[in-house]
Amino acid sequence: MTIATDVLERHGLTHEEYQRIVDALMREPTLTELGIFSVMWSEHCSYKSSRVHLKTLPTTGPRVLQGPGENAGAVDIGDGLAAVFKIESHNHPSFIEPYQGAATGVGGIIRDIFTMGARPIALLNSLRFGPLEDPLVRRTFAGVVAGIAGYGNSIGIPTVGGEVAFDDSYTGNPLVNVFCLGIAAHDDIIKGVASGAGNPVYYVGAKTGRDGIHGATMASAEFDERSAEKRPAVQVGDPFMEKLLLEACLEVMKTDALVGIQDMGAAGLTCSTCEMGSRGGAGVDIDVSLVPQRETGMTPYEIMLSESQERMLMVVKRGREAEVEEIFEKWDLHAVRVGEVTTDGRLRVRNHGEVVAEIPNRSLTDDAPLYRRPMSEPAYVSEAQQLSLASLGKPVAPAAVFMRLLASPTIASKRWVYRQYDHMVRTNTLVMPGMGAAVVRVKGTRRALAMSVDCNGRFVYLDPYGGAQLAVAEASRNVACAGATPIGATNCLNFGNPEKPEIMWQFARAVEGMGAACRALDIPITGGNVSLYNETDGRAVLPTPVLGVVGLIDDAEAVVRRVFRAEGDVVVMLGETRDELGGSEYLEVMHGLIRGVPPALDLKREAAVQRLLAEGAARGAIKSAQDCSEGGLAVALAECCIGTGLGVDVDVQSVASAAGFGDLSTLFSESASRAVVSVAPAREAELLSLAARLQVPARRIGVVTGDRVRVAIDGRTVIDEPLADVERPWAMAIERCFEPANALA
Amino acid sequence: MRARVFVTLKPSVFDPQGKTVTDALHTLGYSAVKDVRQGKYFELDIDARRPDEARALAAEAADKLLSNPVIESYRIEIVDEVIA
Amino acid sequence: MKFAVVVFPGSNSDHDAHYAAQQVLGQEAEYIWHKDISLKGADVVILPGGFAHGDYLRTGAIARFSPIMAAVKTFADAGGPVLGICNCFQVLLEAGLLPGAMLRNKSVKFVCEHVLVTVEQADTPFTVACRPGQVLRMPIAHGEGNYYADADVVARLERNRQVVFRYTNANGVATDDSNPNGSVANIAGLCSERRNVVGLMPHPERACELALGSADGLIVFESALKAMTQGAFVAAR
Repeated sequence: MTIATDVLERHGLTHEEYQRIVDALMREPTLTELGIFSVMWSEHCSYKSSRVHLKTLPTTGPRVLQGPGENAGAVDIGDGLAAVFKIESHNHPSFIEPYQGAATGVGGIIRDIFTMGARPIALLNSLRFGPLEDPLVRRTFAGVVAGIAGYGNSIGIPTVGGEVAFDDSYTGNPLVNVFCLGIAAHDDIIKGVASGAGNPVYYVGAKTGRDGIHGATMASAEFDERSAEKRPAVQVGDPFMEKLLLEACLEVMKTDALVGIQDMGAAGLTCSTCEMGSRGGAGVDIDVSLVPQRETGMTPYEIMLSESQERMLMVVKRGREAEVEEIFEKWDLHAVRVGEVTTDGRLRVRNHGEVVAEIPNRSLTDDAPLYRRPMSEPAYVSEAQQLSLASLGKPVAPAAVFMRLLASPTIASKRWVYRQYDHMVRTNTLVMPGMGAAVVRVKGTRRALAMSVDCNGRFVYLDPYGGAQLAVAEASRNVACAGATPIGATNCLNFGNPEKPEIMWQFARAVEGMGAACRALDIPITGGNVSLYNETDGRAVLPTPVLGVVGLIDDAEAVVRRVFRAEGDVVVMLGETRDELGGSEYLEVMHGLIRGVPPALDLKREAAVQRLLAEGAARGAIKSAQDCSEGGLAVALAECCIGTGLGVDVDVQSVASAAGFGDLSTLFSESASRAVVSVAPAREAELLSLAARLQVPARRIGVVTGDRVRVAIDGRTVIDEPLADVERPWAMAIERCFEPANALA
Repeated sequence: MRARVFVTLKPSVFDPQGKTVTDALHTLGYSAVKDVRQGKYFELDIDARRPDEARALAAEAADKLLSNPVIESYRIEIVDEVIA
Repeated sequence: MKFAVVVFPGSNSDHDAHYAAQQVLGQEAEYIWHKDISLKGADVVILPGGFAHGDYLRTGAIARFSPIMAAVKTFADAGGPVLGICNCFQVLLEAGLLPGAMLRNKSVKFVCEHVLVTVEQADTPFTVACRPGQVLRMPIAHGEGNYYADADVVARLERNRQVVFRYTNANGVATDDSNPNGSVANIAGLCSERRNVVGLMPHPERACELALGSADGLIVFESALKAMTQGAFVAAR
């Protein structure tokens, strides 16, 4: 072994992996080849710790046109059209440089969508930060939101929804997951494949610089005190360049002159060339001296590993080069021939004609290391699952708890955030942010698509299997509340260091739970992303497998929003509340605890509730629908009233719990498969009968009335507040964290 | 040779970015900073034989494109670089 | 009648404007690329919102030099109706077709929300279908919508009745609360001295269908149609 350990370490490779490289090449690698292997075999690109588990997820179905393995997934939505979507993370860069980390995350996922031939029409994001009392957290939060806004607004794709949650474990490891959805005609979907010997390989977009080198390996390592030195690894996004690329690429794709196209994201030129070659069973031969460069003196190593943004790699049908070049020229872009497709299945890199790297594509992709890492249930689990309410001391009165929960940043209004996002451009947004699942119409059809991204990290921490199932249930339920039927999902799995058996156990169990729930609810997973090593100084984030679910609404006019609409409407509760304060926002806010067992999930019941919501909406019987999640029933009721000027008066059945906790459990348990809906009085019977037929517990609990929020339990009033007093703490919780006095510390 | 063009908002124009920076500096403890005006700095690499040629070109560029005369004013510095 | 929708590199509301004119209003609309030099016989020119040239340097500063702007200027000088929305209100300012300039929002943040504007002048090609004093609910989405002009310019605009749209409350009163970006005198939109060139920060093309939250913006397009039918504001050819 002639390679030095520190060189290997810098490349994120083990000695065993190095030996595998030598075996694959049948010789020692050149430095350029070592760099190429290091990024392709990094966790971020190869999924080496996660692949064996991901293979167990359900990825097929009658609507699935493209499952995992391409730049994005695609499902049929009728009218010859497909929804093309995926979610991706940009966690580590967003900690290093929040604005650019988040901005380039948005840029990356958008490229993944339009590279498939789809025009992106919606963005969502799922964000996690530490407690807002921390000035560094506030700076990260503000930077991330500004970065998402800066990029998304400029390129003109509306950011229509998402979620933001806060927990101590995210302080040094914010999570920035960005979801994008686009529309393409079935026939227009184009893959990232290289084939046809002699077909030219073209490069288009921004010039290549030294930015982001080893970004993929950074994402595959934990942070420590030396992380600040990694600052140069964050790229600067150029949304204007990407807008030009997007329009030009969509125009070129219409000409049918392309064999394949892929964006250059993590591991840049390296990843796009070998992946396209691998998929097409072909080889790719490129000369880096032909690659447009922004800096002088770049080595082949640097050019192959650069993660400069806004670049695409294309394989053009031989003979059609002029056509393609002309379309790019119109947009003031220069498409440059950098190589060609071969039949030898190798990635061959030249510099001024001389070969500097030659690697079988398969060894970089399909034959990348595959690990079955050891797993073991962590010691904390059985202990943390014990919850004795009685030991929590005298419970605070429900009305006071209600106010505290409304003001908890995870629950409170996110208006401070989404006001910075252009959520209306492209004139498709039917449901505005803050109104439930995001819904956009599909122009040229009568349909609409509902989307939601969700995960409760506390539930997953306490029970990874159950918590992941609950994430699938929550995301699909949100979509069902809008009146949609879930048709596909993408996942972003954010976990700690997979080399620790406890973390690997969390991951494996979560994937198992997610798979079981997706099967039961008939929601195929079409692709996604894994982000590991979300740990700082050995402390991992709450395991956070985010689900992005897409639902189809056949008649856009039947869309349902979260808020009450008319005085006198009847409020109906679907599902049942149980004594389930485990992992709740109540426990965290009032007692600083993450303990107990997450709520139980009956997947048959969940499926029935979702069917009821979709059918009720389609018939026009349901006027509003809000699912019950963080903060339980009480918070859900408040969210139905806020901003409408309409109050509510309900009386619910009590839930038996430990002495003194009955009311709290009734109001704040986060039991699954529940929704609060409102119906016109004339249609109450219809809805209840539909519910009975679907075997969904449904009960009238009250009416939309007045200007107060009044909640009674078994006839006893426990909450009775003027609407304005309910709105204020909810509206101001995040807003007031950013007043000048707190602006920068 | 190099022309440095400093573009700043006219004194009468309210500068929200400058104000934000001032507030932030105060929060950091620099109360001695009374005000901040934020502007733009351009470096033009010009092919010219004499400084007054470069200055004239830079002024034209500033008038036409680099500054908006409604709200901005500019000044120019010429860096005379002689390459041996 | 035919609407021309000019497309700059970085325009992103061109599709929305085209859709409003063609699908909602039912008139012909054609995209005109910024490198074209002809407006192809359009009766009305719309310069749509977006981030032309990335808003680099200053918003609208580079777009004003696009080849198409010569044709737009000729059309405007001949009396033809020109509507500059959001980013293109900025382009009209930079091109000198309207007076004043745009600064960053006072909050230094991008803002996207519905606002109320009062139509103060009903004698421009984009407001003839309105009643003076009519309040419209339309979305804004901008980071640099803080309109600025010197005091004497503002006085002149008011005197000449060139302030067409003003941010107000529901009762038509221009309050601080109703001003989303700090613009002087709550100015949301203005017209040229000849009244045929109009620029505004709000997006009427995003408020043409109730399903999207408001249909108040459709009247801006309907006004163009009405003006044309009445033979007013026709570009002398």
